[in-house]
Amino acid sequence: MSNPVLAEKAVVIDGVAKVFNEGGDSEVAALSGIDLTVEAGEFISLIGPSGCGKSTLLRLVGDLLAPTTGEVTVFGKSAHEARLDQDYGMVFQHSGLFDWRRVLANIELPLELRGWSRDERSARSAEMLGLVRLEDFGGHYPRQLSGGMQQRVSIARALSFQPKLLLMDEPFGALDEMTREHMQLELLRIWRETQTTVVFVTHSVPESAFLSNRVVVLSPRPGRIHSVVDVDLGDRSDDTRQDPAFFEKATEIREALRAVEGDG
Amino acid sequence: MIFRRLRGRASVLGPPIVVGVAGLVLWEAVVRGFGIREFLLPRPTSILEEVVDNWPVLRHAIWETGWIAVSGLLIGIMAGVALAFLTTRFRTLEEGLTPLAVVVNATPIVALAPIFNAWFGITGTLSNQSVVIAVVFFPVFINTSRGLMAVHPDEIELMHSYAASKWTIFREVRVPNALPFFANSLRLVAPLSVIAAIVAEYFGGPQDRIGNVITSNVAFVRYDVAWAAIGVASALGLGLFAVALLVERVSMPWRAAMVEGEFTTTPGRE
Repeated sequence: MSNPVLAEKAVVIDGVAKVFNEGGDSEVAALSGIDLTVEAGEFISLIGPSGCGKSTLLRLVGDLLAPTTGEVTVFGKSAHEARLDQDYGMVFQHSGLFDWRRVLANIELPLELRGWSRDERSARSAEMLGLVRLEDFGGHYPRQLSGGMQQRVSIARALSFQPKLLLMDEPFGALDEMTREHMQLELLRIWRETQTTVVFVTHSVPESAFLSNRVVVLSPRPGRIHSVVDVDLGDRSDDTRQDPAFFEKATEIREALRAVEGDG
Repeated sequence: MIFRRLRGRASVLGPPIVVGVAGLVLWEAVVRGFGIREFLLPRPTSILEEVVDNWPVLRHAIWETGWIAVSGLLIGIMAGVALAFLTTRFRTLEEGLTPLAVVVNATPIVALAPIFNAWFGITGTLSNQSVVIAVVFFPVFINTSRGLMAVHPDEIELMHSYAASKWTIFREVRVPNALPFFANSLRLVAPLSVIAAIVAEYFGGPQDRIGNVITSNVAFVRYDVAWAAIGVASALGLGLFAVALLVERVSMPWRAAMVEGEFTTTPGRE
């Protein structure tokens, strides 16, 4: 049942709440009263102190968790239908590559699950390897690569089937600062080239300001949307990190975060 | 690259060979030097002589015992893996069986050998095979099911995001994830199967098996022949251990690639 009015919207989150262990002793209200719309092609970040439910919100969008109340619509379908249609690409902090598959075979895994032929798969995986600039490493096993390279493979795998929506949960959280900044630029390049929609969870203020069109600041216990910061910095490059406009946005996000941490 | 690999292998095998040979030389020297009587501790060279002199008997005995150990080993492995698969698939079965398996595993199973003799008779091989099967089964079952369950939650979430079925997750994630666990249990049970077979044979049965060759020669104060039988049995245990290592290498090329470290960089996983 696709809704023509909602079809241009990538994600519509409508009155969503999530309670874990409902009715039990350890009942936790993780999210409450979330309304959020993500436009197709947008890069949106979720930021907030730990316990604000940003990862939970990402999992609700990806239908890895079901909301207690409210609805999540993805490209006009329920999140559940979208997952069954394999509309999602996911990247986690832990690269989640399979040790026993070589790099190319890891990238091809989602294609195998969709029943692509061997030729189609190897053509696409070679293309994706080029996209993340790891052409020489297709025959390696994941553990033979550095953390940053593994994360690039993970991104290549997530994008291999051209998902409509890319969900990323602190994908660069475990990387050192230099690699992280490099990966941010790579991600923006890939995002421009593929024109996909990205929902990105982070706890880094500069990262959210550098990457996103909009930054959603969440407050904790229960997680609520405190504010949404529009970030219009045009095409980013390494110079953007020295741009006064970038500092201004980072300050705005930081102040919003201070406010929510003060509440909690 | 081949040179490096060969040199790598030599550097792994070298020290144990040197230590082993030195140990045998020391043994020989101590027995000769201190005049230790041969029936207490024979020299390695006289054990070797006995192996040669008694070769037809020992060859037949190791063949009989080897058959019991290897057939019991294979059946025990298959049963352990099969039950691990079933318990992973059906949670309630797992909750009921695994604690029980841990308890049974803690009981000394070889102590059941005389009872198995009463159940299955002592003339055939079934009684001793059953001991081997029981000894092999539990480590394989416990390790394999642990490997099937110990999957990183992100990997399961990732497969869910691809709308993968339970069966696909089992085949693509759980089974390969369990392989190193299974291989560890294989290293353990391969030599254990020989031990179990021989101990079971101590409780009676046909006289042409290694365990009985050892006990009957000890009874006739022919310790050197008993030692020769022990030596042959050790060789069988070592041989099975080597097969276990080979299976591990062949079934998990990604581990070998990591160990050889031909192009290893810093591991990125926490």
